[in-house]
Amino acid sequence: MWRFIKPSRRTLRAWQLVVLVAIFAAWHVLTVPGLVPHFLFSDDNQAAFFFGEPLKIFDRIRHWFFVDRDIYVHLGVTLLETVLAFAIGTALGLGTGLWLALSPLAAAIFDPYIKAMNAMPRVILAPIFAVWFGLGVASKVALGVTLVFFIVFFNVYQGVKEVSPVILANARMLGAGRRQLLRHVYLPSATSWVFSSLHTSVGLAFVGAVVGEYLGSSQGVGYLILQAEGSFDINTVMAGILVLTAFALVLDAMVGRVEKVLMKWQPQAGESERL
Amino acid sequence: MSPPALSLDGVSCTFVARDGVASGYTAVRDVSLTVEAGEFVSVVGPTGCGKSTLLNMAAGLLAPSTGGVRVFGEPLAGINRRAGYMFQAESLMPWRTALGNVMAGLSFRGARDADARALAAEWLQRVGLAAFADRYPHQLSGGMRKRVSLAQTLVLDPDIILMDEPFSALDIQTRQLMENEVLELWGAKKKAVLFITHDLDEAIAMSDRVVILSAGPGSRVVGEFRIDLERPRDVAEVRATPSFVELHKAIWDVLREEVLAGYQQQLAKA
Repeated sequence: MWRFIKPSRRTLRAWQLVVLVAIFAAWHVLTVPGLVPHFLFSDDNQAAFFFGEPLKIFDRIRHWFFVDRDIYVHLGVTLLETVLAFAIGTALGLGTGLWLALSPLAAAIFDPYIKAMNAMPRVILAPIFAVWFGLGVASKVALGVTLVFFIVFFNVYQGVKEVSPVILANARMLGAGRRQLLRHVYLPSATSWVFSSLHTSVGLAFVGAVVGEYLGSSQGVGYLILQAEGSFDINTVMAGILVLTAFALVLDAMVGRVEKVLMKWQPQAGESERL
Repeated sequence: MSPPALSLDGVSCTFVARDGVASGYTAVRDVSLTVEAGEFVSVVGPTGCGKSTLLNMAAGLLAPSTGGVRVFGEPLAGINRRAGYMFQAESLMPWRTALGNVMAGLSFRGARDADARALAAEWLQRVGLAAFADRYPHQLSGGMRKRVSLAQTLVLDPDIILMDEPFSALDIQTRQLMENEVLELWGAKKKAVLFITHDLDEAIAMSDRVVILSAGPGSRVVGEFRIDLERPRDVAEVRATPSFVELHKAIWDVLREEVLAGYQQQLAKA
């Protein structure tokens, strides 16, 4: 019997599911009033008040998606902000990274400013962006861009700096001009670095969107969470967090998909082919 | 008489020290070297004697500190457009397939995609890799990658071929196979070849002329030998002939001094 269920590659998914179920089961048992005698709090209802109850949380999510169907517009806004912040931040980071890496003088001039801006706690900027760009989508995108930009920028910069000098010399000998070097050597070489950063930056774009909504907005999942917190509705807060987590995972998987297609030239550890 | 395909006229190369100290490192000093059209010239010398520096100057990747480089009589400025360069280290673009790598030079030079593809496929066939056209470099063995490099260089039909210890990373069997292939391809087209190696056997077996460089820094030419072995040659068989053995002994007598000198210098530095 144990032979079939013992953890292995084959039963990996099942075991991951078991962990998930175990977490929610523990959560359920410890929070539902009266199920087990209270041992940490002074009365039966407090655990539920502080941590929420999984069943109510799932019910909330079910209502959002299938009964009231009112989450879609909020989720759409949050995802739109995330995708825009991600795209704009990545494009700006890629462009600036290539530019500064290829012109050392400009890099030397801007170096202290880039470092200063990166060191600045950018979440502080959210209220300023709200003043500049209003309470709509734009201010959240701006916040996300400031987070994504630096991740991508530093990786592209590093990627271009670490292009193999032999490959570069070879391309030049083969007749590549400046633009062709950029297109056929620097860019592909930097892409491998960019992709290692995209997983981080898609997460940060999401953070930018949600934090921005949380600090001032009229739409979005962050706004829903803020509303619920205002009325101490911990179940709705937890439901919002669960939905956000699930969508962050989906975005990350999508980046992984794209990476797999674009980076197929990279060796994978222990790769072998069955003919 | 037509001008030599490649001539280095009294070139020196001094690298400026990183910390800006006045005395830089002089890799080669006052070297003159010519390669006639269709001639196969090897340069041998002890390790660290500036052989690659010499080749980089011939390629136009490195400007000589003094002296000049002429290509078919014309002074060279910038990249040497008439030369193909086979590097010692891995030089294939890892994000391009074998075919894509061979095509690269053609498309950089503005060839139509279909033409480039057809010509590249033909060259892959010629180096025996037709079945591996869609593989990425990491999926190929070291010997296969060198073949792709060879095709990548030769597909452009350069008048001068520069080779920097191209086979030093290969095992001895693959190496002899590749050496014979290069000789065969060279024999058909008779391009000017400047071949850098630390392997005297390889140099003698392949060349028309062997040039010996002294130990660095400030290497100079200390000897030159004409190799009048019959062609076509087989690099494995030619090694057993009496004239090969004689030449090997004569050249080694000169080279040994330099190898010992170079070794002493490295010990002194350590």
